[in-house]
Amino acid sequence: MSDASTQYADTWKKPPFIKNSVLRWLIYLGTVTYFFVALYTMEVNWPRVAEGIPRGIDMLSKFFPPDLSDSRGVILDGILESIWMAIISTIGGILLSVPIGLGAARNLAPTWMYLFCRSIIAVSRTFPEVILAIFAVKFFGFGPFAGFVALSIGTIGFFAKLLAEDIENMSKSQAEAVRATGASWLQWVNYAIQPQVLPRMIGLSLYRLDINFRESAVVGIVGAGGIGAHLLTSVQRYEYATTATILFSIIGIVIALEYTSGYFRKWVQ
Amino acid sequence: MLRLENLSKRYKTGDLALKNVSLEIPDGQLVALIGPSGAGKSTLIRCVNRLVDATEGKIHLGDREITGLSMAELRRARRRMGMIFQEYALVERLTVMENVLSGRLGYVNFWQSLFRKFPKENVREAYRLLDRVGLMHMADKRADELSGGQRQRVGICRALIQHPELLLVDEPTASLDPKTSRQIMRLIRELCEERGLAAIINIHDVALARMFSERVIGLKLGEIVYDGSPDGLTPDVLTEIYGEEDWEATIEKVEDDDESEASDDGRAA
Repeated sequence: MSDASTQYADTWKKPPFIKNSVLRWLIYLGTVTYFFVALYTMEVNWPRVAEGIPRGIDMLSKFFPPDLSDSRGVILDGILESIWMAIISTIGGILLSVPIGLGAARNLAPTWMYLFCRSIIAVSRTFPEVILAIFAVKFFGFGPFAGFVALSIGTIGFFAKLLAEDIENMSKSQAEAVRATGASWLQWVNYAIQPQVLPRMIGLSLYRLDINFRESAVVGIVGAGGIGAHLLTSVQRYEYATTATILFSIIGIVIALEYTSGYFRKWVQ
Repeated sequence: MLRLENLSKRYKTGDLALKNVSLEIPDGQLVALIGPSGAGKSTLIRCVNRLVDATEGKIHLGDREITGLSMAELRRARRRMGMIFQEYALVERLTVMENVLSGRLGYVNFWQSLFRKFPKENVREAYRLLDRVGLMHMADKRADELSGGQRQRVGICRALIQHPELLLVDEPTASLDPKTSRQIMRLIRELCEERGLAAIINIHDVALARMFSERVIGLKLGEIVYDGSPDGLTPDVLTEIYGEEDWEATIEKVEDDDESEASDDGRAA
């Protein structure tokens, strides 16, 4: 409180996030320096780039027109195999994720269970799908089953983590109210938690389906079934028109999934 | 019917929320629990149904000691205590009917509740309760489509369908306008009289406490500083509970005509 004669400042600046100005400028300077040093360290073979650009353009030009004949009849099979791999690995992964996600939510599980489930998630997140696929191929042999296993495990790292985080962010009062009725643990999960997390989980399932479909093309390259193997073969045989057909099919399916999941997400909200 | 003996609660943070609270509530008595924010009102009623575990002391509900029960026994004891919440705490994405029927979760098995196959008499009673509070036509609406007053009525139905002997009511009017607040308080009082229920009602609004309760308990920093009739709430007593303030207006309000005052406040709000 002050009287009318007090002079108030008429300029105001947002206080900086890092209060110490020396430290602040050191951080700015350090970041910029590091960027340029790192850029310099990356040796670029410019003559090779100059040679490569026309070659790349040549390759892209051979994409058109795409070869839609599918003369060996493998593209459609590969795409269908990728689709079913994506679907069943998404379903399988989610079925495994639900108990792990419940166990990994700090507000639901005792500490030992929380730590156990979080480590499963961490391990699954450490390995990219293609590495998981290499292991799966070693264990189960070439073919889509290996891909299914790899993608299911990959799904756990994604889905269980997001489920656990969504549960941790749920409304506490709704959960408390259902607990106060004398509900059992399962009833409590079914009545208080499931309604709160379900819409987002449906959205994420469709998003994961989309990821798994794209990943199925990658794991195919290491022999885990799906369209990937044919994609690689076509590039190695310089059959770029076939490569184009495969790539466009993948793009088309991903776009279709994108629209479907957007539509479903709005519908369940 | 409810007896607290030397109840204390210390939170993990070290805050002592309740200090040696002892009180006894006979059958059918409507008790208002008043006191400033942080006085321990919420903690006290949450200790009774053990949403919060007391650090020391005993709680007896009828001839049952609540404090030492196993989880299964606690579930059974919770069925006897209906709880009504601040901000309603309905599960927002469930229908009104599911919210009401969730009051029966302590009585039905998991499969009945999972498939929403509640016994016929529960469904009939849910309809009867909804009709009693004037929300029969809302049964299939989602809880988040309702207004504040309507949601609190659903909250009341959820508590009553448990067939409780005791109602624990936490700030039932905190987010309601003055007229709706009075209607909700009147409804709670009428229902308690109809069913011979005892109730503990946490309430911020001293005028409402005076209007609708038979007994007022004043809590300050976790200790009971007043326990007596609503008429005994003199300015001195209110100063003891809340601190220095001009209390005359608060006390006068009670004498005002109910309806005209409600509409005045409604206009102001």
